[in-house]
Amino acid sequence: MIYQESKTLLEVRGLRATVNGVEILKGLDFTVKSGEVHAIMGPNGSGKSTFAKVLAGHTAYEVTAGSALFEGKNLFDLAPEERARAGVFLAFQYPIEIPGVANSQFLRLTYNTVRANRGQEELDPLEFDDFVREKMKLLEMSPDFLGRSVNEGFSGGEKKRNEILQMALLDPRLAILDETDSGLDIDALRTVSQGVNQLANKESAIVLVTHYQRLLNYIVPDFVHVMEAGRIVKTGDKSLALELETRGYDWVAAEHQAAAVVAVVA
Amino acid sequence: MSTVSSIRRPAAGYLETLLAGQPQWRASSLAWINALRKQAVSRLNVLTVPTLRDEAWRFTDISPLTRLSFQPVCSAADLQPADIERFYLEDATTRLVFVDGVYAPQLSNTLRDGGLMVANLSAADTAKAAAIEPHLGHHAAFVHNVFAALNTAVLQDVAVILVPRNITLAMPVHLLFIATQAEVASYPRCLLVAESGSSVTLIEDYVALQDEAYFINPVTEIALADQAHVNHIRVQRDSAKAFHISNCAVSVGRSSHYQSVSVALGAQISRYNLDVLLAEGAECVVDGLALIADSQLADTHTSIDHAQPNGVSRQLHKCIVGGSAHAVFNGKVMVRQGAQRTDSSQSSRNLLLTGKAQVDTNPQLEIFADDVKCAHGATIGQLDNEEVFYLKSRGLSDNVARSLLTYAFGAEIIDRIPVASLKRRLELRMLEQTGSLT
Repeated sequence: MIYQESKTLLEVRGLRATVNGVEILKGLDFTVKSGEVHAIMGPNGSGKSTFAKVLAGHTAYEVTAGSALFEGKNLFDLAPEERARAGVFLAFQYPIEIPGVANSQFLRLTYNTVRANRGQEELDPLEFDDFVREKMKLLEMSPDFLGRSVNEGFSGGEKKRNEILQMALLDPRLAILDETDSGLDIDALRTVSQGVNQLANKESAIVLVTHYQRLLNYIVPDFVHVMEAGRIVKTGDKSLALELETRGYDWVAAEHQAAAVVAVVA
Repeated sequence: MSTVSSIRRPAAGYLETLLAGQPQWRASSLAWINALRKQAVSRLNVLTVPTLRDEAWRFTDISPLTRLSFQPVCSAADLQPADIERFYLEDATTRLVFVDGVYAPQLSNTLRDGGLMVANLSAADTAKAAAIEPHLGHHAAFVHNVFAALNTAVLQDVAVILVPRNITLAMPVHLLFIATQAEVASYPRCLLVAESGSSVTLIEDYVALQDEAYFINPVTEIALADQAHVNHIRVQRDSAKAFHISNCAVSVGRSSHYQSVSVALGAQISRYNLDVLLAEGAECVVDGLALIADSQLADTHTSIDHAQPNGVSRQLHKCIVGGSAHAVFNGKVMVRQGAQRTDSSQSSRNLLLTGKAQVDTNPQLEIFADDVKCAHGATIGQLDNEEVFYLKSRGLSDNVARSLLTYAFGAEIIDRIPVASLKRRLELRMLEQTGSLT
């Protein structure tokens, strides 16, 4: 939601980033305020997932120019774990399986680590068990998933639910959901979206990275951005997503190039 | 020992040092045992301590062992249950305890019922001795194996497990080998005979009370008749200064099933030779984990011999190597001529935690039959950066993320241990160890 007294959470200016020497992000500007829901759309290879990973601090990506302020702090000064503790959360497109580590153990470890760093009280295994079971109800997850190894043998949908469960536990300021809708059937999409909607609040913001308009029927964005060749080339409201669904991405790129030509001529 | 002999053949001289003045060097009341020892002694006159020039030892330099002198155990330490209770496993109360290789009756819970025996060799009556004779010393060949010969030459106390036909032992048997003294040599010996249709779980557990240097040289023999089932768990958590060189030979009868998990955590230098011989339709699952750091060396040599048709073997061996430690794995799978329809798979997976850590892995497949399904492979790698990033993105520090992933790598093997209390114990130990490794 957009509201009057909202604070700026994230401000990205002129961001450039490379992976293996290839520039993927080419001068990206992006601002998120508290309470807002943003959707970033765009064709394959436009840099959406790279942007999500750069914000979370993936070491494979090198930031070569630009800045990102998160609640006034330079995000790029922080290690990935420090970003997480400060309130940045990335739901992975492909969550990692960790055979041999019980999900409950992992969830409690991350929860308590983040809590301790925020000066909040940690929960013992019994307290945590009650707490996590409540959160699992939000996502219609069976408690069986606590006893299994992290993501091991989970279906695509189950992995995504487990990601949103972690979001629920870590209570982030800025949640970036990288293609959380991919691989979900309609029922799972609805459940996961409802979970995300219940977690949305005035203090935090959500950034959805997605290919498809479908997700935005369930999680309604305040802003829709189109990425093209490492930049945000168009921003609109939720109607833009519908337009993209019918017209595709090409016209946006064409329009952007035309505007660039006009700018050069002027 | 004489100076002359040590000049002539240094290694043989060393063996003589080890053998000199064995206090247990008493004749057994069983003539065949005396004969067995005698054969072993005569082999020791021929065999020498292996060096890096021996193919089977080319990665494992045991010269540090030969530079130290180890005394025979003169008297067993007088231990009270309170001293060793922490090693007890609540779901394995049948327990034989050996202190520096010497049987400790006051600490043990034996089992004797008809043909069933879980006790020291000395408790065997004539009938039991007759059941033991065809097996003891007949599976672990010592003709070419100096350490098996050494163990057999001083054979005295033996953990004997005889499981009669169609008997299932519901509770695991716990063999606890406790090292208490510095600079001694001990020679644990174990024999398990599982008659046809029987089933038993055996835990071989090597522990130390103190962080001392000692030499421990166990030999274990396991014989499964037809349609028997043996679970064999071996945990080597010796002192980090110890030398542990052991041999285990398993003969798996027709349609029998042998399943083993061996875990190496301790010792400065450890070597485990496991030889499994499979009869027709026999199956084995042979898994292993070495978790080592600092300057430890852990060497596992396994040989799975498909001697007859329709056998199945599965092997997963993992090494986690930190510090400047060195892990060695040599896994040979032999499929003999005529061993048709053999189904074998072997995997060696290794995790190096530092730039100085080292692994030598050598899966070997020798196939002399034409209708078989065999697969093997090896991987050596570091922790996956994507996995580390995933955990860090959840707020975990680099250290915690790495130790959790290291733990998880090893937990796959520990998970296969069918004794809950031991599994839990090892998980905790692994958590501690992986936490300090990374």
